[in-house]
Amino acid sequence: MTAIWITIVVVALLSAAIRAFGPILVGGRELPPSMGAIIALLVPAVLTALVVTQTFGKDGRLVVDEKAIGVAVAAVALALRAPVLLAVTLAVVATALARTFG
Amino acid sequence: MLPLALATGVMGISFGVLAYASGWGTVAPIVFSVMAFSGTAQFAVVSVLGAGGAVVPAIVAAVLLNARFLPMGIAVAPFLKGGPLRRALEGQAVVDASWAMASRGGGRFDREFMIGATIPQVSLWIVGTVVGVLAGGVVGNVERLGLDVIFPAFYLTLLVEELRAGGQAIAVALIAAALALALVPVTPPGIPVIASCAAALLGLRGRSS
Repeated sequence: MTAIWITIVVVALLSAAIRAFGPILVGGRELPPSMGAIIALLVPAVLTALVVTQTFGKDGRLVVDEKAIGVAVAAVALALRAPVLLAVTLAVVATALARTFG
Repeated sequence: MLPLALATGVMGISFGVLAYASGWGTVAPIVFSVMAFSGTAQFAVVSVLGAGGAVVPAIVAAVLLNARFLPMGIAVAPFLKGGPLRRALEGQAVVDASWAMASRGGGRFDREFMIGATIPQVSLWIVGTVVGVLAGGVVGNVERLGLDVIFPAFYLTLLVEELRAGGQAIAVALIAAALALALVPVTPPGIPVIASCAAALLGLRGRSS
C-alpha cells in the first residue's frame, strides 16, 4: 500500500508540474509567429496521435479489434456529414455489437 | 459538453473498478483521481503497479503519457490570465478534449471555454471513480458496452473538423498517423503521441516558402 501512495503523490505532483510548465514559462507573452504556425498544427497532430494510439494501440502492440470497427463506423458517419453525437453513438453501438456477436 | 462529461464519468467508473480490483482499496483510487485527473496515465499506473509493485516504472509510464501536456500547455499559455501562480493553476485545465475543443484555429485558444469544459469532466471523472470503487461488482465490465470507443471516436470528430479547414492540417495528420503507427509497437506508451507532435513542425516550412 505504501508503494501505491508514493506513486499517487509523485505522479500527481509531476502531472501538475507538466501542466504548469508552459503557462509559467511563456507567461503572458505572445509566442513568436514561427511558433504560432506550429501551434496551429499541433491540434491536428495531437488529435491524430490520440485517435491512432487509442484505437490501434494495446499493450505496446498494434491491434485491429472491435474498437477499430467502432471508430471506422464513426469515420463513415462523419464522411456522410452525421452530427458528432450520432457518429459517436454509432461507434459505441458498433463496438458493443461486435463484442457481443464477434 | 454534457455527453462528454458523462463519457468521462463512465471511464472514471471503469478506472475505479480496475483500481479496486487491483487491490488499491477505496480511498487511494479516489485520491488519485482528485489529484491527477489524467485518465490514460492513471490506467497505466494501475496496470504497471498492480497491488504495489515497482514504483519507478509506474511513475515513468505516467510521465511519458502526460508529456503531451507540455507542448499543449505552451500552446494555450498566451491566452491564460494572471501571474505565474494563477497561470500554473489555469494550466491544470489542460485535458485532451477541452484543449482540442478550445482551439479556435490559427493557434488561438479560448481560455474560458477550456476551463469551463474541464470542470464538469474532472468532476464526473472523480464521481465515476467513487462509483467504480464502491459499486464495481454491481456495475460490472463497462468495456462490454463499447463505451471505451467513445474517446477515440470523439477525437476523430474533432480531427475531421480540423481537417475540413484544409491547408497543412491534412499533411500533418498523415505524418502524425504514420509516426504513431510506427512507434506504438517499439516504444513505451506516450512516446508515439509526443513524437507525433513533431509533425506540427511542418508549420515552419509553410512560413518560409
